[in-house]
Amino acid sequence: MILIVDMNWKRDSLGFYEFVLPIVTIAETLDNCMVKHYLEVTNEDLSRCDRVILSGTALKDTATLSQPQKFPWLKETEKPVLGICAGMETIGMVFGMRLIKCLEIGMTQINTLKKNPLFSGEFKAYSLHSYCVESSADFEVWAKSAKCIQIIKHKIKPIYGMLFHPEVRNPELIKCFIQLNNKASP
Amino acid sequence: MQLGVLFSGGKDSTLALHLAAEKEEVVCLITILSKNKESYMFHTPNIDITALQAEALGLPQITKTTKGEKEKELSDLEDAIAEAARKFQIEGIVTGAVESAYQAERVQRICNRLGLWCFNPLWKHDQKALLEELLRKQFKVIISGVFAYPLDEKWLGKQIDTQLIDRLVDLQQKYGLSPSGEGGEIETTVLDAPLFKKKIDVLDYSIEAKGNSGVFRIKQARLVSK
Repeated sequence: MILIVDMNWKRDSLGFYEFVLPIVTIAETLDNCMVKHYLEVTNEDLSRCDRVILSGTALKDTATLSQPQKFPWLKETEKPVLGICAGMETIGMVFGMRLIKCLEIGMTQINTLKKNPLFSGEFKAYSLHSYCVESSADFEVWAKSAKCIQIIKHKIKPIYGMLFHPEVRNPELIKCFIQLNNKASP
Repeated sequence: MQLGVLFSGGKDSTLALHLAAEKEEVVCLITILSKNKESYMFHTPNIDITALQAEALGLPQITKTTKGEKEKELSDLEDAIAEAARKFQIEGIVTGAVESAYQAERVQRICNRLGLWCFNPLWKHDQKALLEELLRKQFKVIISGVFAYPLDEKWLGKQIDTQLIDRLVDLQQKYGLSPSGEGGEIETTVLDAPLFKKKIDVLDYSIEAKGNSGVFRIKQARLVSK
């Protein structure tokens, strides 16, 4: 079971169709999914699921970034977590990373910096963000664009962040994350 | 949140409008009349019918004509959206973008410059499922333009129904055609939809076609009771 967390500014928002449903469509090809708004995630949801994906949001939607206290479970869970765009930024906030203004819209060149089990080399991905994270001692940087850090992995926990939107042009990355759970966490 | 819809009168922008209206308040339509039939951004056949569709929806419409030159049409679009923001105090824009990163990126950039939200409720949705959604919601949609092999004038004016969807999916499998016309293979015109207070009755039309390219041009139409 995959828990997909809707990170939009409110439950049942217009952003749901654009930022949550495409992830569900990809994830459902591999496993069952349940979707919960970030304000409604319970410990029971977390114990029922095998892994968690945090969605992105509209460019102007920064609701979760001012509420890292709503995600205490991110530090406690042992389950694999993938944060996409606002999801990655929120992971950064929860783990004490600094956010800085950084606008990228559209297809972006991503360059791999570290050998990893999800991707390799250079590839293009769809970006839609107005912030990025600064590097931190707790996270490895796996990939960057010309402007900023694009993919991070917690040094110990199976927590991943992708600043671009893999659901748009790189669905295989979401599938790799889901399948990675069946192997030992790197 | 008050929203404006980038409205071409085709199935995608009309369906996006309906989804937006279920969640937020749609207060105006924004339509770009492109003089360039090959426009990268804007759907063209029967764009004049959007005035009648706006009346059927009971929504004010901001229209702007563009010559359709590649980047100039984007500044014309930005002017139209800025005008909608001034006149109707919209906080965001809704588009019918499904797959095109080119279109989505450009509208996102305009909205970012103007400080507006940008919503694409059909983004990345399965194209066959979108066509079926039109039927479930009882839209009446006709094919008003064909621009790819093996489509021809026999398709023009046909209403989208289950059989037509099956044929389009069959062509997808055989020729790689996008069933909802995402690659510009098909253009459509909506004659009726749940939020239309009246439906469009086509009184006169012409078919202009050559080979695998053609349009169903509505010459005269009126609104009638549903």
